[in-house]
Amino acid sequence: MAERPEDLNLPNAVITRIIKEALPDGVNVSKEARRAISQAASVFVLYATSCANNFAMKAKRKTLNAADVLAAMEEMEFERFLEPLREALEVYKKGQKGKKEVSEQKRKDKEKKTDSENDKSREEEEEEEEEEERMEEEPEAENDGEEEEVEN
Amino acid sequence: MSQNTPDKDDQSSTNKKAISLPISRVRLIMKSSPDVSCINQDALFLTTKATELFVQHLAVASFNNGPGKETNSLCYTDLANAAEETETFHFLTDILPKKIFARDYLQSLEQMQENDNDDDPDF
Repeated sequence: MAERPEDLNLPNAVITRIIKEALPDGVNVSKEARRAISQAASVFVLYATSCANNFAMKAKRKTLNAADVLAAMEEMEFERFLEPLREALEVYKKGQKGKKEVSEQKRKDKEKKTDSENDKSREEEEEEEEEEERMEEEPEAENDGEEEEVEN
Repeated sequence: MSQNTPDKDDQSSTNKKAISLPISRVRLIMKSSPDVSCINQDALFLTTKATELFVQHLAVASFNNGPGKETNSLCYTDLANAAEETETFHFLTDILPKKIFARDYLQSLEQMQENDNDDDPDF
């Protein structure tokens, strides 16, 4: 898979927003500074990944997990991130659990619906059959009426 | 609000979003690292969140460290200075080099060449 250089950059709009929200109101951030912060963020991801991967490899695991990332933060001397990260992870996990439950509930509702729809469609078919029988009788009655008039 | 990154996680309210950066893009960067095979979903979330915290931290630290408080601005030099002066940002010195005037660079280049000539008697 060819990696174009821009694919390894983070979207400028989002980076700009994060910077603006972190700094006091009205601070002017130069374009160069914004680009530099964006590049620094990409390098941060690479550095953190490499660091976390070391912890995973030490534990003879092939999959990077949450503990590896937290350990990497400590290794990189970003302990200030640990508490907010742990809190955010809890909220995220609850959200994921909630989404799972919602999608499971939706699936259950769908199953119930299809069952009741099957019952309904059977009833509708029976009604249609009755109507068809009624319609067949009517035209015969009309024809008799016309013939009589023509003769007179 | 236009959605140019459909892979972003959608949270209920716009103010208290868990994360703003697109997880898919972060995953792409992580995968470009050698020896990385699989990334757990929680690890991916944490890395994305940590990157956001890092962006905030870098911006604020550079701003406070520089003359930005008077000028009410943040420029590239503030970031380069922060990278050099703050230990936790040392890993950024390669991508945030300090800028020097071209003439100073040429001067130092000449000096380096003179030093090489002195060392090599045959030249």
